[in-house]
Amino acid sequence: MENETILEVREKDGLLILQGVIRVPYTWAAGAVASRFYAGLRDRRIYGIRCPTCRLVMVPPKKTCHRCFGDLNDWVEVGPEGTLQTFTVVHYSEPELHPLRAPFAYGIIKMDGADTGMTHLIGEADQRALKEGLRMTAVFRDKPEGNYLDIRYFKPVKGAK
Amino acid sequence: MGTRTAIVGVGQTHHTSKRKDVNGQELISEAVKRALQDAALELKDIDAIVIGNMDHFEAINNVDCWSIDGSGAFMKPIMKVTTGGSTGGTLGSCAYYHVASGLFDVVMAIGWEKNSESDTQAAISTCADPIVERDFFGGAIGPNAAEYAMYMEQFGATQEDAALVAVRDHNNALRNPHAHLRKFITVEDVMKSPVLCWPIKLLDSCPRSDGACAVIYASETTAPKITPNPAWVHATAVSHDYVYFGDYDWEMMPTLRTTVDRVYGRAGITDPLKDVDVMELYLPFSTCGVVWMDHMHMCSLGDAPKLIRKGVFDMNGELPINPSGGVLSTNPIGATGLIRLGEAALQVMGRAGERQVGDVRTALATAFGSCYWFEATVLRSTKP
Ligand SMILES: [Zn+2]
Repeated sequence: MENETILEVREKDGLLILQGVIRVPYTWAAGAVASRFYAGLRDRRIYGIRCPTCRLVMVPPKKTCHRCFGDLNDWVEVGPEGTLQTFTVVHYSEPELHPLRAPFAYGIIKMDGADTGMTHLIGEADQRALKEGLRMTAVFRDKPEGNYLDIRYFKPVKGAK
Repeated sequence: MGTRTAIVGVGQTHHTSKRKDVNGQELISEAVKRALQDAALELKDIDAIVIGNMDHFEAINNVDCWSIDGSGAFMKPIMKVTTGGSTGGTLGSCAYYHVASGLFDVVMAIGWEKNSESDTQAAISTCADPIVERDFFGGAIGPNAAEYAMYMEQFGATQEDAALVAVRDHNNALRNPHAHLRKFITVEDVMKSPVLCWPIKLLDSCPRSDGACAVIYASETTAPKITPNPAWVHATAVSHDYVYFGDYDWEMMPTLRTTVDRVYGRAGITDPLKDVDVMELYLPFSTCGVVWMDHMHMCSLGDAPKLIRKGVFDMNGELPINPSGGVLSTNPIGATGLIRLGEAALQVMGRAGERQVGDVRTALATAFGSCYWFEATVLRSTKP
């Protein structure tokens, strides 16, 4: 049976352990706001959205301001450079989850013109030389498809301190 | 008894099979904004929020936190509750408990689902015990089909009796602008529709919908300031039983009986046909609209088909059931039970538009899920 829940039964001392895998496919609607953001990434541009009440530019953009619950539609382009706010270097491997092999770095980058940070991977960097405040720029993949990993990673701006 | 509590506002999306233009949070915010508008309140007036949906349906497990952009819970207490199909009913109960406890004055319940985002049957099967019944009894249709097969054998009920329920609910939906399926159907259409799990056919069955609903509860002191016609909560009850479908007493339906006995007792209802003006029932299949009538004390065991053939539960009958079109027309599962509560409240408040059944003093709403878990609430136009 193709969808058998129980894949394997192991037995030790009369106690059974039943091993299974849950297979549930998903298709998530990005919605109009995120679609426009991702379409921007496809053009190698990063867009945020400004709340007219709170004066905050949010990146990634959202349809409703989480602070004042107002509808947002004031689009602004941010970047292309930003500032590293914080980071970590991952030293263990989770092949099922991680897009890169350890050791790799990720952090939060606040794009120029934005008030919220973007979480992303950090590449082409000396991991021992990373520090808060470092100037960063987005590296896009060769053929952007319209998703978050169209930005492969952020790298330090050449000559930046 | 705690603080007297009433429903003061209801908001819901226009339900449909696929909302590609919004993500989950954005869908939720539509219902929240409509509920706030309905009650003429602002987000700052909401003291706490409870939210729920089906586990595994959108693959988001921390829905309480993840939904904040849509729910408006920024810097507010919010908690997630989920009890399978009955989640919407539990959400209403939970918001009621919040207010009735006296700790919160105005509380919003939010139910939502984007059924289009997952394989519903695969996700539902994760409700069944992983090493006992999941392989074959885990979906939504099979257990209710088996229930009706037994009822037909015992009492001589027919597939046409169930089809009459399908026709009633589907055609009621024509009056409800929020309903997902709005198409006039006949008994013949139902009988000719493809068999899903014998004896349940496509038109006997609920759809999978994308949608959200928000219902606002307020305390005795605040409710009358919000609306002149609040829908007062007179009784709620919940009964859960087993994990295994094989353990259930299919002939006597103890969870449904216990639930309705409790709310009838607490609200002083002795003859539901006379004492209740309208019901919004969580009937996921038309067959449930036959079998469950017996156990809700509408008649003696086995007599439900007679009442249905007479049209007792039609819009112009003695006790209209599902003027909204019910679950057969709209089913964003985590919201479905809350929509029953919201629709019942709208009837009591006299705000149900074209689907209003007249002067409603007493309404009953139910929710149903998992292994025959039931919830029920009695709402009235008068204070308890
Ligand atoms: Zn704002």
